[in-house]
Amino acid sequence: MDYIIIFIGAIFVSNIVLAQFLGICPFLGVSGKVSTSLGMGGAVLFVMTLATMVTWIIQKYVLDPFDIGFLQTISFILVIAALVQMVEIILKKVSPPLYQALGIFLPLITTNCAVLGVAILTIQKEHILMEAVVFAIANAIGFTLALVIFAGIREHLDLMNVPKGMRGVPIALISAGILALAFMGFANLV
Amino acid sequence: MSQKKNFTKGFLKENPVFVLLLGLCPALGVTTSAFNGLGMGLATTFVLVMSNIVVSLVKSSIPDKVRIPSFIVIIASFVTIVELTMQGYLPDLYEQLGLFIPLIVVNCLVLGRAEAFASKNTLKSSVIDGLGMGLGFAMALTILGGVRELLGNGAIFGWKFIEGDGILVFILSPGAFIVFGYLVALLNKINKTT
Repeated sequence: MDYIIIFIGAIFVSNIVLAQFLGICPFLGVSGKVSTSLGMGGAVLFVMTLATMVTWIIQKYVLDPFDIGFLQTISFILVIAALVQMVEIILKKVSPPLYQALGIFLPLITTNCAVLGVAILTIQKEHILMEAVVFAIANAIGFTLALVIFAGIREHLDLMNVPKGMRGVPIALISAGILALAFMGFANLV
Repeated sequence: MSQKKNFTKGFLKENPVFVLLLGLCPALGVTTSAFNGLGMGLATTFVLVMSNIVVSLVKSSIPDKVRIPSFIVIIASFVTIVELTMQGYLPDLYEQLGLFIPLIVVNCLVLGRAEAFASKNTLKSSVIDGLGMGLGFAMALTILGGVRELLGNGAIFGWKFIEGDGILVFILSPGAFIVFGYLVALLNKINKTT
């Protein structure tokens, strides 16, 4: 039951992009097309789950016993950077088209605050390992959901007659605001 | 480029938030009030200037292949310094900014300047670039926070001059996107006419 609450809570109630403002750069950057957003979502799902697992273990078995919690930021970001590099190498070999499509945004997962944010959040919420994994997966799904919905909206926006000054980023941001407003409807779900 | 231009470009022409669209997570996440925006902006400025200094000093001794991880470690060290200092001396602000303090480390602005500017330029220009960009970032966050606080609370910097409750949605997450969208449009307009 707890897992279901964590799961639903992370996807809908406190959506990582629309309610917590993590991972805004890829949210605005790669959300031009639905297919690219799905690819980005997949990459984030993989990196986020792995990173949260590894950082949780580091926190509990290295940082806590030796009382060196102040190294949290440095050690976590190093782990994430290494993981991203690994995913990049694997994707390059396994799926060159996807690698091409994600382009510059793959190395940028390192600086995707959603990944580091979730790793730190799950420590702050004092999750056990299994909860941390569920939390990471749910957040990645929430991220993908927001990205794909937003990409769909932007595909339609391209065809609309938007006032000149609002074209491009401004209208996209205002649509994101309305999307966030819609997600507030889930507020009392759990 | 002259040093003066190097300094002022961060405010309007290449404003990191409104024009380059970098560092948007803290820009939207912490700007529920002008004070929070200013605090976050100054913390980021410190990290930006310090990491620009160090990156500019050690740029020739770092092998090209490991430069990004090295930059990240340098940035993370300064973020930890800011985090602990703020926790000690400004506990209220630390509570308010919360998760976004450690997240300065993944602010694309900081890494972006280290990679695009400090690793290629002299110490002096790097400091000026860091200061200009950082203060431009702080300015953007303060404006964004100010507008949201004004609409949502009828106050600026906690000084309340409009009675009543204000429009709550501007303090909540949708308001951040909407106010930001209009400010981007406004700055586009200003940059086009000057």
